[in-house]
Amino acid sequence: MPSKPFAITLKPGTSLNNLTGSWRTARPVYLDRLPPCNNACPAGENIQGWLFHAESGDYEQAWRVLVENNPLPAVMGRVCYHPCEGACNRGQLDSAVGINSVERFLGDEAIKRGWKFAAPTAASGKKVLVVGAGPSGLSAAYHLACMGHKVEIYEAGPLAGGMMRFGIPKYRLPREILDAEVQRILDLGVALRFNTKVENIQQSMKEGGFDAAFLAVGAHIGKRTFIPAGDATKIVDAVSVLRSMEGEDKPMLGRRVVVYGGGNTAIDVARTAKRLGATEAIIVYRRTRDKMPAHDFEVEEALQEGVMIKWLSTIKQAGEGEITVEKMALDDKGFPQPTGEYETLAADSVVLALGQDVDLSLLDGVPGLEMKNGTVQVAPNMMTGFPGIFAGGDMVPSERTVTVAVGHGKKAARNIDAWLRGTVYESAPKHELAEAKNLNTWYYSDAHKTVRPMLDIIRRQSTFEEVQGGLDETNALFEARRCLSCGNCFECDNCYGVCPDNAVIKLGPGKRFEFKYDYCKGCGLCVAECPCGAIKMVAEDI
Amino acid sequence: MLKQMEGSQAVAEAIALCRPEVICAYPISPQTHIVEGLGEMVKSGALPNCEFINVESEFAAMSVAIGSSAAGARSYTATASQGLLFMVEAVYNASGLGLPIVMTVANRAIGAPINIWNDHSDSLSQRDSGWMQLFAETNQEAVDLHIQAFKLAEELSMPIMVCMDGFILTHAFERVDIPSQEQVDAYLPPFEPRQVLDPAEPISIGAMVGPEAFMEVRYLAHAKQLQALELIPKLADEFKQQFGRDSGGLIRTYRIEDAETVIIAMGSVLGTIKDVVDDMREQGHKIGVLGIISFRPFPLEQVRAALINCKRFLVLEKSLAVGLGGIVATNVRMAVSGTGLKGFTAVAGLGGRAIPKASLQKLFVQAEKEELEPVSFVDLDWDAVNKQLERERQTRRSGPIAENMLHDKGMSTAAKFG
Amino acid sequence: MSFQPVKFYQTGTYTVGNRLLAPDERSVQAGEMRSNSISSGHRACQGCGEALGARYAIDAAMAESKGQLIAANATGCLEVFSTPYPESSWQVPWIHSLFGNAPAVATGIAAAMKVKGRHDVRVVAQGGDGGTTDIGFGCLSGMFERNDDVLYICYDNEAYMNTGVQRSSATPPAARTATTMSVGPEPGNVFGQGKNVPEIAMAHGIPYVATATVADLRDLEYKVRKAMNIRGARYIQLFVPCPLGWGTASHDTIRMARLAKETGMFPVFEAEYGEVTGVLKIRNKVAVEEYLKPQKRFAHLFGKNAHPETVARMQAIADRNIRKYGLLEEEAN
Repeated sequence: MPSKPFAITLKPGTSLNNLTGSWRTARPVYLDRLPPCNNACPAGENIQGWLFHAESGDYEQAWRVLVENNPLPAVMGRVCYHPCEGACNRGQLDSAVGINSVERFLGDEAIKRGWKFAAPTAASGKKVLVVGAGPSGLSAAYHLACMGHKVEIYEAGPLAGGMMRFGIPKYRLPREILDAEVQRILDLGVALRFNTKVENIQQSMKEGGFDAAFLAVGAHIGKRTFIPAGDATKIVDAVSVLRSMEGEDKPMLGRRVVVYGGGNTAIDVARTAKRLGATEAIIVYRRTRDKMPAHDFEVEEALQEGVMIKWLSTIKQAGEGEITVEKMALDDKGFPQPTGEYETLAADSVVLALGQDVDLSLLDGVPGLEMKNGTVQVAPNMMTGFPGIFAGGDMVPSERTVTVAVGHGKKAARNIDAWLRGTVYESAPKHELAEAKNLNTWYYSDAHKTVRPMLDIIRRQSTFEEVQGGLDETNALFEARRCLSCGNCFECDNCYGVCPDNAVIKLGPGKRFEFKYDYCKGCGLCVAECPCGAIKMVAEDI
Repeated sequence: MLKQMEGSQAVAEAIALCRPEVICAYPISPQTHIVEGLGEMVKSGALPNCEFINVESEFAAMSVAIGSSAAGARSYTATASQGLLFMVEAVYNASGLGLPIVMTVANRAIGAPINIWNDHSDSLSQRDSGWMQLFAETNQEAVDLHIQAFKLAEELSMPIMVCMDGFILTHAFERVDIPSQEQVDAYLPPFEPRQVLDPAEPISIGAMVGPEAFMEVRYLAHAKQLQALELIPKLADEFKQQFGRDSGGLIRTYRIEDAETVIIAMGSVLGTIKDVVDDMREQGHKIGVLGIISFRPFPLEQVRAALINCKRFLVLEKSLAVGLGGIVATNVRMAVSGTGLKGFTAVAGLGGRAIPKASLQKLFVQAEKEELEPVSFVDLDWDAVNKQLERERQTRRSGPIAENMLHDKGMSTAAKFG
Repeated sequence: MSFQPVKFYQTGTYTVGNRLLAPDERSVQAGEMRSNSISSGHRACQGCGEALGARYAIDAAMAESKGQLIAANATGCLEVFSTPYPESSWQVPWIHSLFGNAPAVATGIAAAMKVKGRHDVRVVAQGGDGGTTDIGFGCLSGMFERNDDVLYICYDNEAYMNTGVQRSSATPPAARTATTMSVGPEPGNVFGQGKNVPEIAMAHGIPYVATATVADLRDLEYKVRKAMNIRGARYIQLFVPCPLGWGTASHDTIRMARLAKETGMFPVFEAEYGEVTGVLKIRNKVAVEEYLKPQKRFAHLFGKNAHPETVARMQAIADRNIRKYGLLEEEAN
């Protein structure tokens, strides 16, 4: 610019020569934090990952990301107790994201659209026996098949699903949903043999030429307790009641049914009794509602349907057409203690819902195993004390839920795969947890959880129609978009926008951002204004 | 075309012929008639392609001109006295940014006491502002200098003040030759800025410059004015070729060839001085005149050359460097330093005080005889001054000066004529 | 709740960008090709609200004028940190003349563009609160009353920061500045002074007046874009916290702006021809303490020699703003 005034007139954009990065005492760095939903999921789902795709309406991709970890989303979307939602940071803002309902939407959408799993990768030549076609076994079979192993499932019963079929009432899990998701697994080439009870695991493995086995036989034996009773009183166990619901002959429980216990099974059976025509379904539970192991929303639904609950009561005696209960009182430590006060209740039958035991007889004679409290002990890699035999689900010590079982199946599959290849499975290191304090929630719109439509109360009391409806596409999308993406960049452009020094490079869709440290002065605005906590400041070495 | 017209109107017509694109107007006597005339021309459509902006102050007037000039528009404004002082910050800024704004200064005294009449205190106060300053002797020259001023300013990318004596010229009806549009167009090309605010080629004008380059920037402003010393005579020559008239230039001499005494002045008073000199020449006095047209840049060399053969000079100026003496005189002395010439300063005509021929003749004779004080004050009422000085010596609260002096003058006038 | 509107986004419109929005609904700042009117390498302090606000505003104006923009700048931080010889941060044609004349310089540029028939070229003028509400006020008012075709943007950080944090007519009561020190019985700036320039601008009857903050980019961009589609004098007062002058952490600049709006201390509204036509409602109303406490300029109101009565007076100011502009949502029906 020779003709322009010296020094007073400058060329545009020349301040790029001034590298203000030297001012910095701390630098921002991008990071991924572990979303609390993912962290809480017993099945190890990448929840945030699949919600991301659901947010943009790409449901198939969302479903595909989902089933990388769990092959049963339609089931899961109905029966999972969604610990993810309990951990969801949005719960501190308005209410947790309805992850479970979106999962169900995706699962149902997959069934409706006939989405199939991707064909397995190259065959490994190895053969794995899965014992039990419950959630854990199906999950393991699915993952093993995807890894290229040949999988056979031996199922003692006549149908697949295990407790999903024989423990969870239809009104919570319609059977066509279960059947569809099971079939999709079988379509991968998994062989399923019904009515094949494994009596001796080592023998079955030898006969079938299996290289490894995953045992997931579940816990199907109802626990009993001694109740002095006359012959006239019908005392049955809950598992049997629920199992017989799947057969032709529905259980005959009478008009006044007493259920003894406080878990989810007690609720399930009481609600089933109501649907079978009982005028009274009374749960007798020895402690208070807040101590009850059953999930509160299920208790609530049961109460809405007319199920009654006798708190702080134990059954002392069952007579003809009635039972005697004793009032209990909680002591200082919260344990129920007898009070000596009695009361009688009319009852045509008593259903015991006191928990279940595992039939471990198939392990008889297998060396090196350790049993404790009626379960088989497994190492962190899910392998029993006998090399090549792995176990999971209700038969190992853990919380007995479908989701935990599915998680066991996946974990076992990964370890079996490694074991078969002579390696050790190393899970990716866990990122630090994305906590609410890492978020800047200003940026999220106020939006309460979409309530799923509930079936009309009258119909719930008399039919086995599914109680809880699903979301339709619009509200599933809405719900997915409530996700805060805790700890992981979702490309909101805030860092790119709020930098007063233009020191952030936008790399384009899906590629996130980069800092231009030549100019970044280290003010920290990007960190403060990142909605999801995907940036942190790190001190410079000065 | 020869016209009998008011000086302000003549200047307005001359400005219009220069095709200004933005005119900033704020009323202050005695320049008001100029912008009134231009405003009418813009509104009537006689002056097309021109934005006439009624600003809220002289500071805004110069600021608007800064903006429009930087954006490549030929920009003009006019002011005087207090108005010039009110815009001073922007005056310096316009030159600092190298913006070729043309401004008429209808020279007027500066208050307090407020006074609307002519002297040169206003523009001379801006002698170091970086603006060029040309002083017109007549309304014809005022017209001509404005036409030259646009060309000069735009060639150098520096602003310029064309100074004309308030009332004496601005409000005087004289015969003026107003050139044709064709003539002016042939002389003055369209504004081709050296730098311009243009989205197609962005620049940043008005940087903050620190010690590392500030002196160079100031020197370059000085260098521009040195270039103007060469350009001003050249443009005057071109003007003569186009318009057939001697107008402008750095200095103009009158009957100076064998002069022993040279009277130096700027502006319209040169006319009176020439009359007196003519009279004195007839009486045999060896006396001549040096008129300074370009006060900034100050033509040191030309002034020195003009004076080198005389014996003494007298600077008659309508300004007072309070506490020193003459402003123009100081500049002239710089020009003749080392020559040993005897120089006198006479301050005259402040605040519109008449400068009668008789007073001048008396003064020039005294100068010839070298009987003058180094600084003298033409027609100063010493009686009034001395009385006030005496009062102030005696009483701390001696009362308002102006009232006292009016009283004194009233008494003395009564005594004289009573 | 029967049905949610379908058009709901993960983060609403509060973030800079949103992958779920159609490209033409995205903010200017989210664009990879935004003009970055002020380049990197400028010498603004860390976390400077003015540097950010200026880029937000001028980029939006650039987008709306399709790059046909000229800017005039008053003396002040923005000018000093962007154009120290030999480097300029500006990517737009830009001129700095004086502290008090930016509106008039802009008028001149606009006049030049008009006379040259360049109706496509738009003019913005910008300055800090000192340059706008004090020393440049005469020129500003003149530009307003003539309805010159200029968008004036005042970057309001509530004091003279460039000269070392002295009080301006935009300094809030009780604030400590270098000329209103936190000493004596009533420390900080006095109550009952200062001027509301947006309202004074409205009194000129100009086509558009708006306030905005750096905490709400979408609102700011909307206002700049709207202003750019109007001819005549337009005024936007943009609230830009100053970490240095306010004694706040550099990473709190946007939070402070957000709190100023959410407390009601800085009402965000727009007005056309002297009439308020829209306000940005408070989303989660907070007490003024939350805004004042993190700022060292208000530190004397808290702690050992606290001045709860002064805080109450500040709250009263906020409450008055809330009432006057209707900053709270109507009670849900």
